[in-house]
Amino acid sequence: MPDYILSTSNRMAKRHAREKRFKWYGRMAIFISIAFLVFMFSAIIFRGASAFQQTKIALDINFSEAIIDPSSSRDPELLKRANYKPIVLQSLSNVIPGITERRDRNRVYKLLSAGAVFDLGEQVAEEPNILGKSKKVWLLASSEVDLFMKGKIDPNISEDLRRLKDRDIKWIKILQSEGRIKKKFNTTLFSSGDSREPEMAGILGAAIGSFFSLLVCFLIAFPLGILTAVYLEEYAKKNFLTDFIEVNINNLAAVPSIVFGLLGLSIFLNFFNLPRSTPLVGGIVLSLMTLPTIIIASRSILRSIPQSIRDAALGLGASKTQTTFHHVVPLAMPGMLTGTILGMARALGETAPLLMIGMVAFIVDIPKGITDVATSLPVQIFLWADSPEKGFVERTSAAIIVLLAFLILMNLCAVYLRKRLERRW
Amino acid sequence: MINKTEITQEALSILPPIMTANNVDVFYGKKQAISNVSLDIPENQITALIGPSGCGKSTFLRCFNRMNDTINICRVNGEIKFSGQDIYDPKVDVVALRSRIGMVFQKANPFPKSIFENVAYGPRIHGLAETKDDLESIVIQSLKRAGLYDEVSDRLSEPGTSLSGGQQQRLCIARAIAVDPQVILMDEPCSALDPIATAIIEDLMETMKEKYTIVIVTHSMQQAARVSQQTAFFHLGELVESGDTQAIFTNPIQERTQNYISGRIG
Amino acid sequence: MSLPTENGLRRKNRSNQIKELVIQGVLIASSFVAILTTIGIVASLVFEAFRFFDKIPLTEFLFSLEWSPQTAIRADQVGASGKFGVIPLLAGTLLISFIAMLVATPLGLLSAVYLAEFAKAKTRDVVKPLLELLAGIPTVVYGFFAALVVAPIIRATGSGVGFDISSESALAAGLVMGIMLVPFISSLSDDVINAVPQALRDASFGMGATHEETVTKVVIPAATPGIIGSLLLAISRAIGETMIVVMAAGLAANLTLNPFEAVTTMTVQIVTLLTGDQEFDSAKTLAAFAIALFLLILTLGLNIIALRIVDKYKKKYA
Ligand SMILES: Nc1ncnc2c1ncn2[C@@H]1O[C@H](COP(=O)(O)OP(=O)(O)OP(=O)(O)O)[C@@H](O)[C@H]1O
Ligand SMILES: [Mg+2]
Repeated sequence: MPDYILSTSNRMAKRHAREKRFKWYGRMAIFISIAFLVFMFSAIIFRGASAFQQTKIALDINFSEAIIDPSSSRDPELLKRANYKPIVLQSLSNVIPGITERRDRNRVYKLLSAGAVFDLGEQVAEEPNILGKSKKVWLLASSEVDLFMKGKIDPNISEDLRRLKDRDIKWIKILQSEGRIKKKFNTTLFSSGDSREPEMAGILGAAIGSFFSLLVCFLIAFPLGILTAVYLEEYAKKNFLTDFIEVNINNLAAVPSIVFGLLGLSIFLNFFNLPRSTPLVGGIVLSLMTLPTIIIASRSILRSIPQSIRDAALGLGASKTQTTFHHVVPLAMPGMLTGTILGMARALGETAPLLMIGMVAFIVDIPKGITDVATSLPVQIFLWADSPEKGFVERTSAAIIVLLAFLILMNLCAVYLRKRLERRW
Repeated sequence: MINKTEITQEALSILPPIMTANNVDVFYGKKQAISNVSLDIPENQITALIGPSGCGKSTFLRCFNRMNDTINICRVNGEIKFSGQDIYDPKVDVVALRSRIGMVFQKANPFPKSIFENVAYGPRIHGLAETKDDLESIVIQSLKRAGLYDEVSDRLSEPGTSLSGGQQQRLCIARAIAVDPQVILMDEPCSALDPIATAIIEDLMETMKEKYTIVIVTHSMQQAARVSQQTAFFHLGELVESGDTQAIFTNPIQERTQNYISGRIG
Repeated sequence: MSLPTENGLRRKNRSNQIKELVIQGVLIASSFVAILTTIGIVASLVFEAFRFFDKIPLTEFLFSLEWSPQTAIRADQVGASGKFGVIPLLAGTLLISFIAMLVATPLGLLSAVYLAEFAKAKTRDVVKPLLELLAGIPTVVYGFFAALVVAPIIRATGSGVGFDISSESALAAGLVMGIMLVPFISSLSDDVINAVPQALRDASFGMGATHEETVTKVVIPAATPGIIGSLLLAISRAIGETMIVVMAAGLAANLTLNPFEAVTTMTVQIVTLLTGDQEFDSAKTLAAFAIALFLLILTLGLNIIALRIVDKYKKKYA
């Protein structure tokens, strides 16, 4: 019996061992990449999850007319801007005993967010009948209190190393024992624009900025991309010009995104004088960036449509244009839309070019149109990531979670579109 | 003039077969490509597998060195023995098996490396040469046996792909020989070559069979008649008839064989 | 219902022809946007860069070893005392790209080889989208992760073994960027490996090579040009990457090869020069355009070479 085909030799064993090892290297490589992905996601979710809750403090507010609206004007603007601090302080000292000195009063007032009084103002302006009555109101706690409630401040470390002092913690404990301090769903995060105070900062402004930018991007890139693809695939003859256009498109796809930002800065802002920091310019820049992606994707879709369909239409006497736009383009549309959505998803995550055109400013107001100054979600993430306040860490992570959710949503849309409308020739 | 060798049917049956196939079935997924084929491969002979396209010749040939293992959906049942050892036995090392049973493919497939490196590849991976000189002599020896040495001796470092089609195919033969196998499987080795290159390779096979056992798949009945001592005729995945080449071509038993060699099927 | 008259048909024909022409015009105009964009990019960069070189000589930009544009803020000093040597920025960019490629090359190639050659179809179906997910994550997210999680870990590990690592180090940015590049390398290399003809694998298997030998001695050498192309594309991406380095690499223009030190890159400096308070026309602002021009030449050059190599490779086995 020939044993030389049985794996007995030392050398054979070594060769097989090497193969096994090699396969393990491959598995390790994949494992490392995916482990990194999981690690990154979980680190972000771990940090960001708490931002979806916000600590609030319940106080029995006595909406004294004498203090809030002494002139009884009921003017909403006045009501909004009235001085609520004494009322709030009064309510606080009702709950927390022994704060008499001015220093203590200021200190205990700091348990609340600076935004708490604005919220009160809003509430009164909306509902002026409340004046003269007393009501239990949940007010925004300060970021430090919020962090403490979320277990992110260690009370055991030396008092000098934290902004929240032992006395503050004692007060919090008192509020806690009365059930007056609680974590509630963080509506601020989704309903406001940026703020210097972490507890008052939200992503709505940035999200709307992103939306407007993408809208502009879509309105420009989608038609242009499709028309270019149609031209190159259906009309253009192979010549110097079409070659040149192709080379251009391929190279544009490789230009670093920040360079598009510089293009926006020097051409659209400085030369055409379009308004700085606006979704209009942001969208234009993003559209130029996305254009190559859309063109390349659309061309491959057009190429996959069988010639027989064109021949059939042409054979019935349809013109080139009729054939293209009545028969070929509608068939290619789902695929082209898919490519566009994927391109837009990429644009949604772009940050660098927007920094160049000034969409990086601190903007509190929610933009109302494409010519209002705005930021975008990824830029907001960048800004918050850069800010020293500890309270912004969780918000940055939360903003990332929201951004990723949007991205996943867009990708799912693309996958769904592709699955749903996929045709096999 | 059909066959120069004097080995007859009786002589064939005396020599012990180096490989035997017993009731072999091959499936690609659910599709059966080979059904119940049994065939002996006599040592130091050339066995030709003939039959119409798609009848499963390649599939069957690739069972002998378990090349079918590289196709995911392919499944082989039955028994194939090499020197008495079942090669589908789990104890068998395919890698070692294939170093004993080499293969030459339809389309010459030299590696994108130099001529030297192409031939040195096998000895290197199997550790057949202790020293550089050893390796060199194996390469030269193999090129000589493949009848290629004289044509390439001065350009061993040029890429193997720079050779002509016929030379490339002989390079592939040299590459297979360099591992010093006992059996060489050839799947239509001449189908892409012109008549002159074909004739050279056919002559080569004639001399090679002194040292090696050859199984060749061919579409050309003339080639089968010229080079082989045993012929097996396949049709629709079945082995219709096998035996002494001369007998098959002059006096086939089965009607289907008769029809094929007279050109009525194929 | 009446049949169309001949005259009517002719008129219809004419208007159809005009329509065709108009539509073709619109189509051509659309395709010109790509050209205009390229022209716009090149023109704006070149124009502003030239104005920069009016103030700072090209030789200083290319050969000076110092980068400190901050000192040029005072108007009377414009260009006089600021140091505008691009070398430290280039060095920083290359250092980080090098680290990134050190991570991405083995991970990307091994993943690609494993997926293309060894993995079961099911594994491939799960793993490939996951790897592509890495490519879909915005770089600002990587930057945040690098600065907030990776850098502190590296620092802690460093001080654990007695190394002093600055909080913004080339290492953190490079490592994270490396992971970001994995899918670029793996998906391109995957294509390239799949393009290697099966006949070569068969030949190798037929000689009794193990799968590993076939892969390392036949498939990878055959795919090398394509793989090099994919690596060059990845390098080009690394050089142009902005957010990760802005958030994790730092601003200090250190001319160093030490991955534990903070370095700055070309993209970081562009962002810094153009996001702070800026007066247009100052050498400081214009410098950003000069760097960007330099960056564009570098990345496009790499890209063109890479595409050439890949193209040639594809033709070889087409
Ligand atoms: N990899 C494969 N997957 C699925 N089916 C296959 C595969 N290879 C071959 N087959 C099928 O198996 C049958 C036999 O194929 P095989 O290649 O063995 O025929 P052949 O006799 O060598 O033909 P030819 O003379 O054309 O080379 C054919 O029907 C073929 O379609
Ligand atoms: Mg065949």
